[in-house]
Amino acid sequence: MLTQRAKQVDRRPMNVWEKLYLPAVLKGMFITFSHLFKKRPTIQYPEQQRTFPKVFRGLQILNRDEEGRERCTACGLCAVACPAEAITMEAAERQPGEENLYREEKYAAKYEINMLRCIFCGFCEEACPKDAIYLSETFAPANYSREGFIYKKEDLLIPDPNEDPEGYKKALGHRAKKINN
Amino acid sequence: MYLLAIDWGFILEKLLLVAVIIMFSLFIAMYATWWERKLASFLQDRIGPNRAGIFGIFQPLADGGKLFFKEEIIPLASSKALFILGPSLAMLTALLTSAVIPWGGVLHIFGRDVSLQIADVNIGILYIFGVVSLGVYGIMIGGWASNNKFSLLAAVRGASQMISYELAMGLALIALLLMTGSLQMSVIVANQKGGILGDLGSWHIWRQPLGFLIFFICALAECNRTPFDLPEAENELNFGYHQEYSSMKLGLYLFAEYVNMFISSTVMATLFFGGYDIPFVNETSLAATIGANWVAILGFAALVVKSFIFLSIFIWIRWTIPRFRYDQLMNLGWKGLIPLSLLNMVATAVIMLLRK
Repeated sequence: MLTQRAKQVDRRPMNVWEKLYLPAVLKGMFITFSHLFKKRPTIQYPEQQRTFPKVFRGLQILNRDEEGRERCTACGLCAVACPAEAITMEAAERQPGEENLYREEKYAAKYEINMLRCIFCGFCEEACPKDAIYLSETFAPANYSREGFIYKKEDLLIPDPNEDPEGYKKALGHRAKKINN
Repeated sequence: MYLLAIDWGFILEKLLLVAVIIMFSLFIAMYATWWERKLASFLQDRIGPNRAGIFGIFQPLADGGKLFFKEEIIPLASSKALFILGPSLAMLTALLTSAVIPWGGVLHIFGRDVSLQIADVNIGILYIFGVVSLGVYGIMIGGWASNNKFSLLAAVRGASQMISYELAMGLALIALLLMTGSLQMSVIVANQKGGILGDLGSWHIWRQPLGFLIFFICALAECNRTPFDLPEAENELNFGYHQEYSSMKLGLYLFAEYVNMFISSTVMATLFFGGYDIPFVNETSLAATIGANWVAILGFAALVVKSFIFLSIFIWIRWTIPRFRYDQLMNLGWKGLIPLSLLNMVATAVIMLLRK
């Protein structure tokens, strides 16, 4: 035996004092009463939020560069890295005149992540050579149907830093610090 | 001429009193559900309902509204009339008891003396016991008419439990009745006047502590409260006798439990804790300064505070003690409480005889 934690159970029949139940009942009631004055660990969720550690892995976000161009080149490394096979994409070639939309010559015309399959391991973020995908601090997605959990490119793209700087900053979260460092 | 001879004012007064007291009991029962959830959460280091209004104060309204909007299902195999009768009977018997409780002294309004007791019958206690025994039918009929084995099992459990504990309850009360010499509720309250600390010294609890203890334990069993909530045992009998009930019928069953709790708390306060007597205060001298009407209202408030304390103890016990096993329950009732209350009765009788 590796541990000697087994305790002998007292199997003696109850004596008169114990058979009264009342002392034990009063003792128990005193214990519950003392809990009236204890601090409650509740976090009032929508109003109050837990602060996450910097390494928290939430929903994915498709990143843009400083000019608001999509970084993703649809190389497919994230889809290969994904152990849950949650990512699918279709590549397309950038047409002349779209330089303000896409950073490089190739881009993802379709990019989908099935959030029901995703295990939030963060391998896609590690695999990405273009810093195009990362895991944000958003969590607890809710939806009415299974289809709703397949996030399209529109759902995943970060807000444009030029059009919506506040939304962009919010979506960056802790990452804003990470980039500066 | 015959109609003129009837004191219509009296009938109106009583009807009004009945309406007020029933509404009041229902209101208290409604907020007892809120208080139950709130106190339970405090005892478990939680916060409890706090979304509906400030401190969740509208939670009971939301719960009630939800129950009204739920689909009402009457099982095909059930006996429909009895199925509907069950919860109605449970609620009816729960409310009927309030008729003989003296809720306060006498109010003087519009030149009339309005007693804050609906019916001062001379067999008040007997009436309460009679109505409480009828309460078994609510459970029994509901459980049986559901045509569900779990419901029936729970109903049988409930019926035998209530009958067993009623015996000990009655025997514990006989000792008290020996001392008061009357079954009338108002006489029992009047019997607790005088003594030190503004009538506090002559409360029956000091003279019948064991009787009170037995009565209290039996009241828990009568109300189907933990540790004696075997009829509704969620985890063994799938919620017991009201398993097949839905919508407001279920609501009535659950609600009747809280009305029962409130009424039995009030009965305990009346029998053992001086009823509408305000402790530490001499009522007659107070009446001289602020008027008799105010004293009657304050007395009513004192009774409500006392029963609120009992209500809280009921809840407190529920969230402390686990449920008894059925054989333990029967052992405690028949081998523990009944001999004990018999002993208490005989001892009281002997002491009274010796004192004479």
